Amino acid sequence: MRMELIQPFIGSLDTVLAEMMKSPAHIADLTMEEEGYRKKGLAAEVTFKGQIEGRIVLDADPAVAVKVASYLAGGDLGTSDAIVWEAVCELANMVIGNAVTQLNDRGFHFKVSPPKVLTQEQCERAGHDSEATILRFETPSGNVHLNISMHYHARRSRERNAVVVR
Amino acid sequence: MKQFEALTRKRDHQPVRYLIVDDSVFARKSLAKMVESFGGQVAGEAGDGCTAITEYARVNPDIVLMDITMPQMEGIEAVERIVQEHPDARVVMVSSVGYQDNILAALQKGARHFVQKPVKPDALYEIIRYVLNDDGVTAPVGARGEN
Repeated sequence: MRMELIQPFIGSLDTVLAEMMKSPAHIADLTMEEEGYRKKGLAAEVTFKGQIEGRIVLDADPAVAVKVASYLAGGDLGTSDAIVWEAVCELANMVIGNAVTQLNDRGFHFKVSPPKVLTQEQCERAGHDSEATILRFETPSGNVHLNISMHYHARRSRERNAVVVR
Repeated sequence: MKQFEALTRKRDHQPVRYLIVDDSVFARKSLAKMVESFGGQVAGEAGDGCTAITEYARVNPDIVLMDITMPQMEGIEAVERIVQEHPDARVVMVSSVGYQDNILAALQKGARHFVQKPVKPDALYEIIRYVLNDDGVTAPVGARGEN
């Protein structure tokens, strides 16, 4: 996988988490995985379509989700399932959206789907047929994993840039 | 949350009324808190573009805060349809996906401005002041509710 496609996600997660948790996040681990992905906490998936296709799973420890929920709501909200799931989806939306913005402005044209919550079964199914890069970030409240599986379609890019001469 | 000088409507000094459109309940609640800190009032909420169109007709807000990536109907299409029916509609796009093509498409369909998530209250306040232009006035924080 091209590093230039992954770099914006690292920068975006760092920026968004630093704003929400008032403390920087740092990369603790980077691994490759070809088997189905086993989620570690609460996972949300965003899929891509266009010159870049694939998906990203953002997987956060429940304590991180609670902290994000408090930031988004401007106060303590408790730890109900609905609240933490919603917080993880919104975190995925912000992190992935900001990175997608950077990639589109660099000439990679693609669209994203709204984030959706993933069960363990869906996680394994989503990851079993493609190689993924998994980044683990450490924060004071726990870990956040980004499971990135993307493919760049150079041919679609050439077609888009083709000039028709009449 | 920081309190801002209240933004009110110049014509009747009533609070500015907002329609907040986002598929995330959190995003809607967070934006609602912000607009309340600006002295505004949430007139309606919607979780997708289709509902936004019907809600706009029902509540006739002064400002719409509209997400882009949503299920069923995306924000850019919803802006186009709202502005077709209500040419004076003031729509501000609020999205984490803020690349140039998206912003241009939204502005071409009739959106007045764009703000990227995570939203900073100061930035949103200034954008709303700009979009309201001469139709909005500010009052000091202490003067809230005295009109």
